[in-house]
Amino acid sequence: MAEIRVENLVKQFGAFTAVKETSFTVQDGEFFCLLGPSGCGKTTTLRMVAGIELPTTGSIRIGGEDVTFKRARERDIAMVFQLFALYPHMNVRKNIAFPLVSTGVARREIRQRVEEAARTLRITHLLDKSVSGLSSGDRQRVALGRAIVRRPKAFMMDEPLGALDAEFRHLMCSDLRDLHDRLAATTVYVTHDQLEAMSMADKIAVMNEGRIEQLGSPQDIYDRPVSMFVADFIGSPPMNFLRFQGVAAAGDSVLSIGGAKVRMPVLREGCADGSLALGVRPEHVGLSDDSAIRGEVFGAEYLGTMQIVTVKTANGMVKARVPSTVAAHAGETVGLSLKAERLSLFNAVTGRALASSLHDGSSAGGSHG
Amino acid sequence: MAEVRLEGVSKAFGPTKAVQGVSLSIADGELVALLGPTGAGKTTILRLAAGLEKPDAGSVWIGGRDATHAPPSARDVTFVFQQYSLYPHLTVFENLAFPLRSPTRRTPEAEITRVVNDVARMLRIDSKLENKATQLSGGQMQRVAIGRALVRRPAIALMDEPLSSLDAKLRSDLRIELKRIQQELGTTILYVTHDQMEAMTMADRIGVMERGRLVQVGSPRDIYENPVSAYVAGRLGQPSINLVPRNALGDMNAPPGAATIGLRTEHVRLAKGARAAAAGQVAVRVTRIEHLGDQNHLHLDLHGEQMVLLADPSIAFETGEVIGLALERPLFFDRTGARIS
Repeated sequence: MAEIRVENLVKQFGAFTAVKETSFTVQDGEFFCLLGPSGCGKTTTLRMVAGIELPTTGSIRIGGEDVTFKRARERDIAMVFQLFALYPHMNVRKNIAFPLVSTGVARREIRQRVEEAARTLRITHLLDKSVSGLSSGDRQRVALGRAIVRRPKAFMMDEPLGALDAEFRHLMCSDLRDLHDRLAATTVYVTHDQLEAMSMADKIAVMNEGRIEQLGSPQDIYDRPVSMFVADFIGSPPMNFLRFQGVAAAGDSVLSIGGAKVRMPVLREGCADGSLALGVRPEHVGLSDDSAIRGEVFGAEYLGTMQIVTVKTANGMVKARVPSTVAAHAGETVGLSLKAERLSLFNAVTGRALASSLHDGSSAGGSHG
Repeated sequence: MAEVRLEGVSKAFGPTKAVQGVSLSIADGELVALLGPTGAGKTTILRLAAGLEKPDAGSVWIGGRDATHAPPSARDVTFVFQQYSLYPHLTVFENLAFPLRSPTRRTPEAEITRVVNDVARMLRIDSKLENKATQLSGGQMQRVAIGRALVRRPAIALMDEPLSSLDAKLRSDLRIELKRIQQELGTTILYVTHDQMEAMTMADRIGVMERGRLVQVGSPRDIYENPVSAYVAGRLGQPSINLVPRNALGDMNAPPGAATIGLRTEHVRLAKGARAAAAGQVAVRVTRIEHLGDQNHLHLDLHGEQMVLLADPSIAFETGEVIGLALERPLFFDRTGARIS
């Protein structure tokens, strides 16, 4: 297992720059997620670390060794893809053993390592079964077995759960994270699903248009997004934005939104430009009769324990995550209470968060970028 | 728009009974979602309704007419597949206009322009009408595919996981949009998905499929709160309902025959630390806390049984800590998994 250090990585495909000046370090044993929408450069970044693409400029070190221009098979890493490519004519044992057989490891050792990998993945009972009869989850476990049996320095995973049923995907997330905890293997994981990233990663890099927009722990990124892009990409439903014209100055802790006074964390910087957006997570919005921010209930989506109530306000649509027992009927007027200490303020022109006491003692904040 | 009815429909492929005795009626303007895992028979039902498969038994009624033996073209249905199938050499406008230009319809050109513009505006792709289909993003292409299914105003639109090939974020955006358009146009839709969020947030009624059978049909709330079996209870709710053997819970009031107890977050009150041993409470150990931002998933161990509950992030639980559970009106299931109420 090893640390991965990526510095100033750039990848151009003709006139198109897929990855722009990207730097990050994956600590030894860390579960690191590259998260972003289609086309943000996350897969290209992973493929460069794996050695499947060569960077235009920049460097990649794995365990201290410069591997920037080394071949994939000289990097001692294992790739796991979305479409688990198993050999259909071989049984599970032979599939897992394959990477060892092809590199000439002694038979006795192969047997021992395959069984160890199977135990780790809890698929010992499947070893002598044919892969063609397996469920998709078990197939994915076999694919993982083939990756871990090599004991590589690091794992590269490109949306490995993308092809699975939604309900099964969540189970596999728990499985993968458990596996990671047992192996303590350095892992770089690419996904567009923020829930996968939130539930598994030690650290997340949110990518947008070829750049890392924010890098931090899942909770940090969730609680203190540096930009409206990140705030909007993380969370389901994502952060709400109340857009308004106003002035914000350092030291302020009360905003005036269309006549309503809204308390928020003390601002550490101001914004001369008049277009602002107040960011609030759906779980920090409550329905309250005596609030000055008012709107009309647009609809309620029932989710079992909780419901999402969408309210149309003069400053945009706001979604509130409230218990299903709260009554909300389309067409009625309600007040919205916002949890003051959890609010973010953005410059709506640049999309950047303004630093406030929310960011005190944190690396994330509006002063970035 | 019309009512669509399946009556006792069965279909086998060789020894596999894909669909067994399914009866379902979809009211005019209703969106019914068929929910179930891969292989449950959802897609086969869609194909039977479309006329792409012939049933071995039973009948299909569309708008009061027996359509069981009618070819797909005579059924007035449209189909949206998981992979957007657009004509790559045509513009968005031409793709949307295509179903209206069918020689059997003879829609006047002015009418075509009007209808296409209306649907494009609703789908928010009106600025892309002159683009080639291939110049669109995945989400835009799928919107065009959905638009093409709606533009003809079919008796019923059949949709087979139309959002599943899209990004998570786009999927949640389109979910809301599709529902809005369906309500605006009053389209009748039979929608197949394995995603419970899609089913819960979009459907007027959900039909839960289990190995070829339709085991329960009802509103999302009805199915969530009153599942007929442990299987149905496991289809809705995140995290999934915890199904715990009756004997793992020690002394409790359970109806005779109860073999499994179903516990969702709202069936449990959590108490910290010392009070755990208090009367009527079940002691469990916290094995892991999963921080998902808006909420925490608390992984618990109850005598070797694993449970997952939602926890308010403001209450500080610690890994390894023993806490108490008080049960509030849990669900009971018998040995076969059937609900005991």
